[in-house]
Amino acid sequence: MTIKEESYRLSNLKTLEAESISIIREVAAEFENPVMLYSVGKDSSVMAHLAIKAFYPKKVPFPLLHIDTGYKFPEMYAFRDYYTKMHNLDLKVHRNEEALKKGISPLSVGTVKCCAELKTKALLDALKEGGYDAAFGGARRDEEKSRAKERIYSFRDKHGQWNPKDQKPELWNLFNSKIDPGESIRVFPLSNWTELDIWTYIYHEKIEIVPLYFAKKRPVIEKYGQLIPVYTDEHEEETKEVMCRFRTLGCHYCTGAVRSEADTLPKIIEEMMVARHSERITRIIDQDQDSSMEQKKKEGYF
Amino acid sequence: MKGSDSLVERNQNIDLLRFATAGSVDDGKSTLIGRLLYDSKSIFEDQLDLIKTFSKTHRNQDIDYSLVTDGLKSEREQGITIDVAYRFFSTPKRRFIITDTPGHEQYTRNMATGASNASLALILIDARNGVVTQTKRHSFISSLLGIRNFVVAVNKMDLVDYSEEVFENIVSEYNAFSDKLSDESIYYIPISALKGDNVIERSANMPWFQGSPLLDYLENVNISGGRNLTDFRFPVQYVNWGGDDFRGYCGTISSGVIHKGEKVRVLPSGKTSEISKIVTYDGDLDYAFAPMAVTLCLEDDIDISRGDMIAKVDDLPVIAGSLEANVVWMDSAPMEIGKDYLIKHTTSTVKGNFSEVLHEFDPEDISMKPSEFLRLNEIGKVKVELKTPIFADIYSENKITGSFIVIDPHTNQTAAAGMITKYNQVSPDKACKAVKTKVIRYPGDKREEAQANYDRLSMQGTHCIYVDDDLLLETLCKGIPVDSEQYSDTIEDLCKIVTKSGVSVVLCSDHLSS
Repeated sequence: MTIKEESYRLSNLKTLEAESISIIREVAAEFENPVMLYSVGKDSSVMAHLAIKAFYPKKVPFPLLHIDTGYKFPEMYAFRDYYTKMHNLDLKVHRNEEALKKGISPLSVGTVKCCAELKTKALLDALKEGGYDAAFGGARRDEEKSRAKERIYSFRDKHGQWNPKDQKPELWNLFNSKIDPGESIRVFPLSNWTELDIWTYIYHEKIEIVPLYFAKKRPVIEKYGQLIPVYTDEHEEETKEVMCRFRTLGCHYCTGAVRSEADTLPKIIEEMMVARHSERITRIIDQDQDSSMEQKKKEGYF
Repeated sequence: MKGSDSLVERNQNIDLLRFATAGSVDDGKSTLIGRLLYDSKSIFEDQLDLIKTFSKTHRNQDIDYSLVTDGLKSEREQGITIDVAYRFFSTPKRRFIITDTPGHEQYTRNMATGASNASLALILIDARNGVVTQTKRHSFISSLLGIRNFVVAVNKMDLVDYSEEVFENIVSEYNAFSDKLSDESIYYIPISALKGDNVIERSANMPWFQGSPLLDYLENVNISGGRNLTDFRFPVQYVNWGGDDFRGYCGTISSGVIHKGEKVRVLPSGKTSEISKIVTYDGDLDYAFAPMAVTLCLEDDIDISRGDMIAKVDDLPVIAGSLEANVVWMDSAPMEIGKDYLIKHTTSTVKGNFSEVLHEFDPEDISMKPSEFLRLNEIGKVKVELKTPIFADIYSENKITGSFIVIDPHTNQTAAAGMITKYNQVSPDKACKAVKTKVIRYPGDKREEAQANYDRLSMQGTHCIYVDDDLLLETLCKGIPVDSEQYSDTIEDLCKIVTKSGVSVVLCSDHLSS
């Protein structure tokens, strides 16, 4: 490395940041009606933060869309409203009200059907209703095997479906944005980040995240080897107070906490470095079918 | 606390090496990557459990490392890799992104995809088979896409009794081939991905090999080249303006360095200005460099839109109207000569067509052969005619301003990837379609100003001529009195003829008809 190269060196995180900002701007420039999927989780916080950075000092020029299953943790709703207001973000919320009225929940129909109705269908309906031609998602390639093969621009047919065998080649940083009317793309600006990058970035940039990520004594019951938080008096006998935190956030029925003492970001990062379980293990939905994520993605799920 | 702080710092400051793997079917790439991930403890326990269960039930072995990367269900069923997979692992010294690309010939386009963002190519050769067509094809594509660091790993050494002779024969065979590539640095290493020889640990089975094990080499190899820090290029990606005083030009610096206060020129308008501010969310910067994503503000109010290029006044890309480029054809529909395609280059997308295939490369020996057009997975040098000029550099000097993709406007497919080897400045008939010609008039005493304007216009690629009274009296108007009607009519006629051919006129005279 020459002296010149050494003095103009960009760190790993700054390189990833620049790449993501570039992708976000490219989509804003080339698509008519983009939207950013906002799940309220830590990756969403990072993605929203990158969007704010991309268009600073102006406002983010597209809305954020929360697909709300109605079963998220109360802390998530509180954080969502606080965060989007604080950063002057245009928040849209969509729920499959019809399914909720029918009383669909993992308890009544099982996780596979529940996800199909409240997540996948709700998402596809929301994208169709909004007429969005591009939707940002916070998925990373290191999360799960089928995601490791996804492009940054991921094409979806008129029914929102993904065909992993017919992906367009993606070279350099030149993205093909040509689609026919009715088709859309999903864009993953965090593709090349790892879980560790996300956490160190949150730490360096002082990005706010839902407090559920930090360890705290919480009332939980133990089920399928996972800690399920309790918000009512229903299971009083089984409920116990455990120092725990959430590695990912989903619906309260299907997201378990893990025992942890990590109540600060450096402690979380340290815990991560020795973690021997990938973060999605606390999501019950990934384990309910062989290749379950690939199946969901083909059907239209992020 | 202290411990985790330094972990945070370490992840913040280590560098990133992106490498692409290449080789033929069954060379054991997936197994090698699986092992790198497994031994660097990058596979989580729950993923490992799934892999072990699958290995036992479907493969009758304790652990099949290739399952780590073979992510898609159809691949697991067929036992082959069919698409590019990105894998991540890190050691205390480096962070790695592996682009694992398939070995089948029909997926050569994915190899090019993987190589386009990699700075090192890891090429696997099956010790039993030696150098095969796919080895050559993939090496050639990697070289063509500008990778200059190669690792040639001769795998499955356990199946040839760890024979030094077998290894040496493959080395000389590959060397004979690679002499025809560009100037690559090549590291040869004998391994067994399955048994772990020379992957992380030095192999006890091959004491004759003196080099470092693979991971050790990858952690320490000095990656040269790739980034151009000399020529500042800033393709305008997004104009950030909302009706108030702030007007910024967002983009990613393709190459070079820019400082606040530096003089820049904007193409295609050719207008010059100074950088007034380099804006980021983290505060204004004094300077910025590739590949940072920033927002530039200029001193002067200039009309700039997406696809324009900001560069330094004295170091400009070429305004290219036609190109010669090495092209990898990636679409099942073959190239059609003369058909309008979309060419996406930096942030601009223009129409263009292929006028001629100069030659096709035979990857077997990198010889050139004549060809009418290119088909899926074929590579050749072609001539491209552009309907609107682009602001280009040569690929070997600038990967970002030297590369483009070709999109079929009917199917929206990414039909090809191109690397510019030569360009032609915009020709007058092209310019007259893209640029409106004009006659710029100056009074007789503003000769210096007129000449400066002419220089500027020429430099930005506008085709124009300069005319003043001295030149006229020496030539066209020899002996004609300057005050006469004939004199002023001659000037007007000259302007008419010239602008008709798409050339502008910078005119400096006091003797014009009113």
